[in-house]
Amino acid sequence: MIGLYLVGGMLIATGSIWGLGFVPPERLQGNSVRILFIHAPAAHLAEAIYVTIAIAGFVFLVWRMKMADMLIQAAAPIGLVVTVVALATGIIWGIPTWGTGWVWDARTVSTLLLAFLFFGLVALRQAIGRPERASRAIALLALVGVVNIPIIKYSVEWFTTLHQPPSIEIGKRPAIAPVFLWPLAVNVLGFYCFVAGVVIAALRARIVEREAGAQWVRDWVRAS
Amino acid sequence: MRLFLAQFRRELLIALRSGTDAASPLVFFVLATVLLGLGAGGALGLGVIWVLALFANVLAVEGVFRRDHDDGTLEQLLIHARPLFPTIVGKLCAHWMLSGVPVAMLSPGAAWMLTGATAGAGILVLTLTMGTLALTLLGAIGAALTVATGRGGLLVAILVLPFYVPVLIFGANASTAAMQGAPTAFPILALAALLAGCLTAAPFAVGKALAISQEY
Repeated sequence: MIGLYLVGGMLIATGSIWGLGFVPPERLQGNSVRILFIHAPAAHLAEAIYVTIAIAGFVFLVWRMKMADMLIQAAAPIGLVVTVVALATGIIWGIPTWGTGWVWDARTVSTLLLAFLFFGLVALRQAIGRPERASRAIALLALVGVVNIPIIKYSVEWFTTLHQPPSIEIGKRPAIAPVFLWPLAVNVLGFYCFVAGVVIAALRARIVEREAGAQWVRDWVRAS
Repeated sequence: MRLFLAQFRRELLIALRSGTDAASPLVFFVLATVLLGLGAGGALGLGVIWVLALFANVLAVEGVFRRDHDDGTLEQLLIHARPLFPTIVGKLCAHWMLSGVPVAMLSPGAAWMLTGATAGAGILVLTLTMGTLALTLLGAIGAALTVATGRGGLLVAILVLPFYVPVLIFGANASTAAMQGAPTAFPILALAALLAGCLTAAPFAVGKALAISQEY
């Protein structure tokens, strides 16, 4: 776990310093392109965390593995934070490049709705209270959510292609030049490692919390 | 089919005999229309009718299982060995008859009040009729998940409103296109596809959620 933090932290530091300090400004966007190195990893990670949660939900509903539920409990708030980071950096990036912080296109809307889905997972657990019943309800909600994400995404995509001038896409998804790609790849890897470390730390805390009465927890607390 | 009809009749009877409960979604819809008209003062699109219908729907569907949960009927339904699917669909269809259908029927009036336009009224009624059934089926998942907690309300809205987005998009699109005289076949067919998907898949999720909620 400490290893994941270290590797992730080092990779993020490398990628960010590389991206912020040594990459040339982009032809159309100038220096504002540098936020890509934070925005893209966060946005990728947000979806990856939700898919992880949905898989864990499936595992929990089918095989009743307690660990899967604890993983959902640990990952949902972290996913919310990562999604908010992706949204915030997207808005900051959008203001100089698109001329507006917010557009109603498929990616922005589905990422915002993803934040609400994460919030719903956290809120439902608090509302139900009893852990054993909350866990099954949340696993089901996570599964329903993952079925809906592609539908939401495609419906918004269809909606916006009808209503928005495609000019807004300028510079959004260019075929990325290698000079941008490498620091981005380093940062994506760093984000994955670091967040995996955070999720595992949170998961360990959940395990100790739920097994508080067990003998091995007592032994472990006494030993440490 | 018999199970469906039995449940459907039962729900309608209960709702009609319990008086004003049945009219609440419709009254809310009209009231919200008035507030919106006062607050925004004309010059609104048909999309706002959809948003109002959506809010009326989520407020109504939030309590769809509450009474049955409180008096134990829900538990009895669940322990029957019969398939749950027709019962759930019957219950939700009855709920939709009293919440979604009246709102859809009244929507041209609300559209006229807010936008001053009467064009596309038929499409508005058609899409709202289909759309509110899909919304009721989706919203029932959230209602079922929270029924045993005793605190639905805002929580149900937060849980299910993200899932309402596709229905809102296609419905509002079809209505706006109809008002402007543009072709509406694609959004209507897409809405019908969403409804078909909800009708086949959502009752299973509702059944599962109810089973989870009743397991103490």
